Amino acid sequence: MNDKLQARERRAGPIPWQAALPRPGKDTLVAWGMVLPALIGFAIFYAYPLLQAVRTSFTDWNLLSAPGWVGWSNYVELWQDDKFWHALKITAYYVLLNIPLQTALGLFLAAAMDRLLRSVALRAVVLFPYLLSNVLVAMIWLWQLDPTLGWVNHALDAVGLSSHAYFSDPDESLLTIAGVNIWRHMGLVALLFLAGMQSIPRDLYEAAAIDGASEWQMFRRITLPLLRPVMVFVLVTSVTGSLQIFDTVAVATAGGPAESTRVLVYYIYENAFSYYRMGYASALSVVLCLIMVLYTFVQMRLLNANQSDLA
Amino acid sequence: MKKQHIALALLLAGASGASHAAEEIRYLLWDAAQKPAYQACAAAFEQANPDLKVKVVQKGWGDYWTELTTGFIAGTAPDVFTNHLSRYPEFVANGQLLDLAPLIARDKLATNVYYPGLYEAWSRGDQQYGLPKDWDTIALVYNKAMLKDAGVTPEELRELNWNPRDGGSFGTMIARLSRDEAGHDGLSPDFDPKKVKVRGFQTSGAGGMSGQTEWSHFAVSNGFRYYDGPWSKHFNYADPKLAETLTWLADLSKKGYSAPLSDVSKLGASALFAAGKVAMVPDGAWMVGWYKDNARFEVGYTLLPAGPQGRATMFNGLADSIWSGSKHKEAAWKWVRFLGSSDCQSIVARSGVVFPAIRDLTETTLEARRAKGIDASAFVEMTQAKTFLPPIADRASQINTVVLSAIENVLLGKAEAQPALSAANAKVNEIAAK
Repeated sequence: MNDKLQARERRAGPIPWQAALPRPGKDTLVAWGMVLPALIGFAIFYAYPLLQAVRTSFTDWNLLSAPGWVGWSNYVELWQDDKFWHALKITAYYVLLNIPLQTALGLFLAAAMDRLLRSVALRAVVLFPYLLSNVLVAMIWLWQLDPTLGWVNHALDAVGLSSHAYFSDPDESLLTIAGVNIWRHMGLVALLFLAGMQSIPRDLYEAAAIDGASEWQMFRRITLPLLRPVMVFVLVTSVTGSLQIFDTVAVATAGGPAESTRVLVYYIYENAFSYYRMGYASALSVVLCLIMVLYTFVQMRLLNANQSDLA
Repeated sequence: MKKQHIALALLLAGASGASHAAEEIRYLLWDAAQKPAYQACAAAFEQANPDLKVKVVQKGWGDYWTELTTGFIAGTAPDVFTNHLSRYPEFVANGQLLDLAPLIARDKLATNVYYPGLYEAWSRGDQQYGLPKDWDTIALVYNKAMLKDAGVTPEELRELNWNPRDGGSFGTMIARLSRDEAGHDGLSPDFDPKKVKVRGFQTSGAGGMSGQTEWSHFAVSNGFRYYDGPWSKHFNYADPKLAETLTWLADLSKKGYSAPLSDVSKLGASALFAAGKVAMVPDGAWMVGWYKDNARFEVGYTLLPAGPQGRATMFNGLADSIWSGSKHKEAAWKWVRFLGSSDCQSIVARSGVVFPAIRDLTETTLEARRAKGIDASAFVEMTQAKTFLPPIADRASQINTVVLSAIENVLLGKAEAQPALSAANAKVNEIAAK
């Protein structure tokens, strides 16, 4: 409890660095100097392409002929395009299949590693799937889950369970892709949570233990609330990453079977590189970007991401 | 000073002379099995034209079209490339292909040496966008041992008929060749469709807008037509004749005579056939080499069954096209002319990989295959059936996505054929009309 008391005292008194604030000059210059390299990279590789994409979304560019200005017509078409709404729906389903389970499993693994099994080797093993490239992961599972040649179905057959078509059945394909990505990302999420857990002062747990709290109560009352900033970071990065799901779909199902996995980014890819409709693909990308910005904003607001209960 | 000038001039002359001697044409194709034959053509071409060089590059079908498109934009596309009927309309619409008609007229090239229909498939109005290089048809591929075990003679197999109601004698043959794990054939009342060891027949998948090896021969032999003709903006996918054909195919899976589409969509029917799990599959002429290398049993080729409107097969032909952005157009034309000539096509014929577009070389190809123990004459016989080209249309890739998804739903048993196809056809016509 010592840290918390100190923190409270500090908050009450004058904050030392505040006095030094109105002094732009050397420090500001140094700060900008340090930010500059990142800023240049951001401008060249993010801001400029983003502006270009926004501009392209108002044209009918097809890659091969000169673009012509078409105003808002791509956006009007998008609003009326049932394939866009279908892709958006599929993407939303995917996020719902992917995130809750992935976050819960990551949290469980992190808690287990923090409180019960403090082994470095175990942490490495848990992170391993994340070190493989997306394409490789998709290939590995494609073979393992092949309906006729994969060992998973052979194993199910051997114990008398019914086999599945996984990626090739429209009812199972999206769930299978979600499962593969949960397998791949769970370890990273766990590691992020673990880092957050280790910044929680140990004496809180000691005090709780003396008061007779169970492991579950400590998790509920101490770990979870103090993990909030990490939770926000994990949710924002994993949800936006999940909204952008593409590689696994491109390798394993190509949007099929029967459009059951045509997620938004795959639909963008098809428009750009199969139908040569760069303008329309850009409009779709701009909309996806806005959805992600909106989500991030709401998420940060809802969970007060900027404040920690420890400070 | 003067000496220096002369030296410089000599140097420049030498440099430009050297670069002139090495004028290089880049040639792109997708089939790795055909690369050696075209490499041999390139060697013969270079010998006849010492000032030209041909670089043959192969890129798999999966990356081929992306590679080409990005090359068009970046200005690095190959001068000459193998082109496909379903893809070239998009390139024509965007001005990426060189019109060969003026060059053909200038050089008075004979274009009647090719199989009828091949040359015309690459024309739009007075323009010509490719010179034919090969052709293919579809035939029925079968496992000889399995048919012998069932007491089926090759003559019997040649004479089968088919209809979408009960499958005709072809449908009975499929049932007869199917075997469950207990050894019952598909005609037996004890046949267990859940535990099938050998499927009588297998189609590869949904096949998209053309259904080349999958359903086109059945549907067309039943009276189906894709559209009113090449470049038409009106499609007929809602035709009940297609719906009943697909319903028949979907029912084969329900009865256990074919594997469910979800089990074959990743590997294709040919892999199941080579694994000895299927007795008969329809496949294209370009696949005979693959079956030779991958099936550890004797493979036979015979005619497809005759449908209510007779026997039918898709007759597809590839061509070589020149990129409109090529910096070596004259040299590229020389190479394309050579590719389309009997000098190069007889090299291809002797390799036995594909049937060259020039009619007189068919026998040479058959002989080359016979020497490898393959009787591919069924593919040539199929040219005498009712033949049709794959659909040639603008915005084909968008149309393909719509049709593919509808047919997948039907073959997976997730949708009724007629409503699914009617809805898809409305969308297709909407896309085509744009």
